[in-house]
Amino acid sequence: MKKILIVFSLLFSLYSCKNNDKKEIKPESKKEISDLSIYNLPSKWTTQDGKNIELKDFKGNVLVMVMIYTSCKAACPRLVADMRDIESKLDKNTKRNVKLILVSIDPKTDTPERLKTFAIENHMNQEPWTFLRSTEENTREFAAVLAVNYKKISPIDFSHSNIISVFNEEGELVFQQEGLGVNNEKTIETINQEAGKI
Amino acid sequence: MKKNIFIFTFFLVSAGILQAQEAGMVHVKEGSFVPLYGASSKRPVFVPSFYLDIYPVTNSDFLKFVKKNPEYSKSRIKRIFAEKSYLSYWKSDYDLGTAHPKSPVTSVSWFAAKKYCECQGKRLATMDEWEYAAMADEKRTDARTKKEFNEYILSWYEKSKTYENPIGQTFKNYWGIYDMHGLIWEWTADFNSIFLSGESRKDKSTDKNLFCGSASVNATDLMDYAAFMRYAFRGSLKAQYSTRNLGFRCASSTKPKI
Repeated sequence: MKKILIVFSLLFSLYSCKNNDKKEIKPESKKEISDLSIYNLPSKWTTQDGKNIELKDFKGNVLVMVMIYTSCKAACPRLVADMRDIESKLDKNTKRNVKLILVSIDPKTDTPERLKTFAIENHMNQEPWTFLRSTEENTREFAAVLAVNYKKISPIDFSHSNIISVFNEEGELVFQQEGLGVNNEKTIETINQEAGKI
Repeated sequence: MKKNIFIFTFFLVSAGILQAQEAGMVHVKEGSFVPLYGASSKRPVFVPSFYLDIYPVTNSDFLKFVKKNPEYSKSRIKRIFAEKSYLSYWKSDYDLGTAHPKSPVTSVSWFAAKKYCECQGKRLATMDEWEYAAMADEKRTDARTKKEFNEYILSWYEKSKTYENPIGQTFKNYWGIYDMHGLIWEWTADFNSIFLSGESRKDKSTDKNLFCGSASVNATDLMDYAAFMRYAFRGSLKAQYSTRNLGFRCASSTKPKI
């Protein structure tokens, strides 16, 4: 009887279509994930080192995120440069609490190996940098959260919004910088402020 | 014996029909078309065959979903997935209030729409699929150059509160699909692939198409204007938005299972 019940409840849980955001009642987690946190997203990601992670693995850090693709010749190098400029101006005392993350909008081309090569070429294959890729669907969803729009316009080219987003320790979006080579004072100030709280 | 076989076949056939009806989808054949927006240099876009819901998802459909997935009820949905106006016209989590059960569900965010379709083993239609299916009138697969067709669409854009009407009262199009025009606006999977701010590079020329359409008025302008309204609307959306005139229906690449 018990067995049947187990099978039945298993079936039922399958039927309720992968309730990914079931409350994770881990005894060690102090706080529940806030309603506005990107850590509510259940998507899985792969890093340039081939490591499989979820966004919530970054919990407890300030995140600075941008969406790019490595074969991009026009806007992305400048976006990457903007990210590096931000990184170089961060407060040395709290910098350890900051992760800078580049998310690929072209998961087909941007394999972990390719991301790795890109990271090495750009001297970004170390802390605090991470490169991420996921499925096309997860990427579309993540972009939706960031209000980043993108579209494939040819087999190797995308149009995309140039937005750098800052998330606080809880994974809540606290600031967005839009445009290329724009004044990043406010962005840096926000990152330092949030990193100082940790 | 013969009779038995006959009954058996009859049973099988009717079961098949029933299944298709229950799944509520029709098959849309593959084809190419030039969308108003998104094709670089006006090259046709190829749309592989797919299945699309005959009707938009209704209030009662969505109520069933919410009951099964309480984390998508109006009081419990996380703010990152929907803004405050989510299902605002429902009385409470499981009470439609004065809303008609057979009217399309609206005030749902993209996240909720996407999840609903996933739970049916389906997905949201891509923008190209949606536009492709929506260019059909009763008789032909592409009625976009027909004046009356465009006038019909544009006259709907002027009507208010059509979202309160029940589904299935507009025309049945070539594919057997209802309510692509005349009832609500609909979410698509890649609604966030539109650029209206001129921030993109190569889409500049299409931006110009979008914004300068009014400069010349010729035969295709009515159709461009109708499509322009849809693309501009999508371009203004964010995935958390839950507006009263915006609902959805689901699509599938493979034959729907029940």
